[in-house]
Amino acid sequence: MSATTDPAALTRTVTVDRARLVAYADASGDQNPIHQDAEVARSVGLEDVIAHGMWTMGAALDAVTAYAGGDPGRVLSCATRFTGMVVVPEGETVEVQVEGAVKKVDEEAGTETVELTVTCGGQKVLGRCQAVVRV
Amino acid sequence: MALNPDYAGRVYPPAGPFPVTREEIAAFADAVGSTVAAHRDPEAARALGYADVVAPPTFAVRIAQQCEAQLVTDPGAGIDFARVVHGDESFVHHRPVVAGDVLTGVLHVDRMREAGGHGMVTTRVELSDADGAPVTTVTSTIVVRGES
Repeated sequence: MSATTDPAALTRTVTVDRARLVAYADASGDQNPIHQDAEVARSVGLEDVIAHGMWTMGAALDAVTAYAGGDPGRVLSCATRFTGMVVVPEGETVEVQVEGAVKKVDEEAGTETVELTVTCGGQKVLGRCQAVVRV
Repeated sequence: MALNPDYAGRVYPPAGPFPVTREEIAAFADAVGSTVAAHRDPEAARALGYADVVAPPTFAVRIAQQCEAQLVTDPGAGIDFARVVHGDESFVHHRPVVAGDVLTGVLHVDRMREAGGHGMVTTRVELSDADGAPVTTVTSTIVVRGES
């Protein structure tokens, strides 16, 4: 497999609903009820059930793995801040937009730094979401 | 309930072992809507030079959070789990996680403080493999929202 990088892979729309949050809770082990139970979410001052920040990061980072020719081992590091919440009402499918761009090229190290802009309903939900990719 | 700042600087004994299976990697990839074959198809992973399917870049959180639970569920630490939201997260992969790995994690409490009525807790989990070689460093900050 060649080390191709396709910038088109960095733009995508991902969707999330309550069933996906249950699947993510099971797959990640994060069973915090604020991601599944609206009553609990509201009791701690949230608008409704929210997606795990790590679900959003994981969904966004898949675009980087795809960019790195589908080779997960070429994603050397990644980091983000959780700046907004993805609210997931019962019975709805919520869209999250992912757009990425190469911010830095380090020819000596053979790496690129990719920055992702991740929004939901026009609001940024991840901040400084970056990954270093081996090219 | 307030955070206990005395927990800052704590290093926990190694947690685990956590065996990583193909099924766990595939379930995680499915849940984040991954399009990447190497998370699910051993042949696709081998074609890239790996022994078995390779985990997504954020998969290590599954193991890191089990290590972090040592702190989060400790009543003495003063963390109210229902009031926890995630502040930031980072992964440094010393090598990718592959099915068949047996990982252990050492939890470091790097920072624990109150700020603006909220609690801020930064932890670092150093994951290593069965040979003791480093695999992933997972750094996480959680915010314990204050009762305003």
